[in-house]
Amino acid sequence: MNIEQESVNLKKGTKVTKVVLIGVSLVFVLIMLVIPMLVLIVYALKDGGTKYIEAITDPYTIKALRLTIVATVTAVAINTFFGLFAAWAVSKFHFRGKQLLLTIIDIPFAVSPVIAGLIFILTFGRIGWAHDFLNAHNIKVVFAVPGVIIATIFVTFPFISREIIPVLNAQGRDEEEAAALMGASGFHIFRKITLPHMKWALLYGIVLCSARAMGEFGAVSVLSGHLRGKTNTLPLHVEIIYNEFKLSAAFAVSSILVVLAVIILILRNIVEYKAKKGGR
Amino acid sequence: MYVELKDINKTFHNYKASDHVNFGIEQGKLIGLLGPSGSGKTTILRMIAGLEQPDSGDIFINGNRVNDIPASKRGVGFVFQNYALFRYMDVFDNIAFGLEIQKKNKKEIKDRVFELIKLIGLEGLEHRYPNQLSGGQRQRVAFARALAPKPQLLLLDEPFAAIDAKVRQELRSWLKEMISRVGITSIFVTHDQDEAIEVADEIIITNQGRVEQMGSPVDIYKKPTTPFVAQFIGQSSLVNDYTSLIGFEQVEGMHQAVIRPEFIRIAKQGELKQYLSAAEEGIVAGIAFRGDNLEVKVQVKGQSFTATRSLEKESIQVGEKVNVLVYRLYAFDDSKTLLLDNKAMEDRNSVYI
Repeated sequence: MNIEQESVNLKKGTKVTKVVLIGVSLVFVLIMLVIPMLVLIVYALKDGGTKYIEAITDPYTIKALRLTIVATVTAVAINTFFGLFAAWAVSKFHFRGKQLLLTIIDIPFAVSPVIAGLIFILTFGRIGWAHDFLNAHNIKVVFAVPGVIIATIFVTFPFISREIIPVLNAQGRDEEEAAALMGASGFHIFRKITLPHMKWALLYGIVLCSARAMGEFGAVSVLSGHLRGKTNTLPLHVEIIYNEFKLSAAFAVSSILVVLAVIILILRNIVEYKAKKGGR
Repeated sequence: MYVELKDINKTFHNYKASDHVNFGIEQGKLIGLLGPSGSGKTTILRMIAGLEQPDSGDIFINGNRVNDIPASKRGVGFVFQNYALFRYMDVFDNIAFGLEIQKKNKKEIKDRVFELIKLIGLEGLEHRYPNQLSGGQRQRVAFARALAPKPQLLLLDEPFAAIDAKVRQELRSWLKEMISRVGITSIFVTHDQDEAIEVADEIIITNQGRVEQMGSPVDIYKKPTTPFVAQFIGQSSLVNDYTSLIGFEQVEGMHQAVIRPEFIRIAKQGELKQYLSAAEEGIVAGIAFRGDNLEVKVQVKGQSFTATRSLEKESIQVGEKVNVLVYRLYAFDDSKTLLLDNKAMEDRNSVYI
């Protein structure tokens, strides 16, 4: 009798905990995410549909969107390339300074993007050591598109390698050794054995990297110089029109970023699902 | 000699994995490399395959020195301990991998792969992935994959270690039969002496990076040439002072000895009709059931021996006083062993006859 009652109490206890836990999470998500999103949509559409379309088809907005996409694609491509090689080196070979390399890869996670931007100003800017060389070859980095791209690369640097390294580490070297013993070339081994292993991790890393690259503000803000129609990315463009008190236009442009983010989230879920299914 | 290792040395950091290793293997033989963990057997295998380089010494395969030939050009098939099957390829692609690298034409590859799938008895499973196979089936695929490019030498690293006991027994005889059918010179590594004795034509025993003895299983068992082999093979009991036992006299320079379970007879009081004067008194210290017999631990003059006793005989109890007759033992010094018979039994014999 007593024991039964106790177990009932226990169940009640877990029920209460369950409600409280779910409730707290829901309220938190509501306040922090859902309401702001709703506000954004409401504000974006406040002045009516035509105004909304006007705002997002504004030539400067389209130029900003184009630059954002260019910067994102370039950064993702370069980081994928680098990430693959770094992950390959770190997980397949033992060498001096491996731990140091791993730590350095993580620096962009720790450094504030604004500081990252300043670092590049100090490197490539008027007072930077590379300035004379760049000037002599007529290359513009600071306050130009290359600067925007460099800033984006820096900030999204670790995403891909960080996703792949654990997968490669877990796999060990046996399969590669077996393939090498049968005379397979390094590239053949990479393509046929290593790549299938990390395919999903790599895609996941690319998705995360794209999301981060598109939204980057701080580092890009320092390096771009806010030249409207030239070096403005979407986040920077939003800030500018917001500062000009064009509230609904600012929210309309923001909604483009939200839509892109949602697309990326959906992609991410597809990749995660496939990875689970494919990860035999 | 088909495979020959000449004075091979290999050191990892400060661990001597191979210490002046010398041996030769005849063509078509199935060789077991047997030794405790860390005795350097896998290192020897990996050096023959070309996965490791010896610090000094020469490796010959079919008369050619292969030290400077890369692993992929040595014509060696290798079966890894955990098989290392390609997870993202099905059975067919796994077996075909080596052939595709040799740029064989499609039909040739298909014929060879199906020939091997038939050989290993996995017809109909060619489109399964490794994770859809049992441990035994995976091992068969690994075996077929290693054989596909028709290597001249097959190396197997602990081929049965990852398989449960019941299937292991079956696979041992399967592998032995397969290898003799294909007729390929093979070397396998194991730490399980039953496995080596059952499967191998010849056994090489390694210890601390050295080759202790090489010979047929019977030779190794009956004529261990070094103290290590005498103790390692069989369930030997170490005797620190064999001269205290009745019938054994001190041999010059040899102080210790080992006794195999089959060298000892344990008899209930009154059971022994003969050789009573050659037997010792002992106390049963422990009994373990071993399926078809009993393993009995017995204390004699402060030393512990392991012996077996048939289940057919009258049962004995722990703590019971018994007669222990030691027929023979291996006395040894630092480098060699000597088989000694119980002198007290010989004397008795002559009197009876």
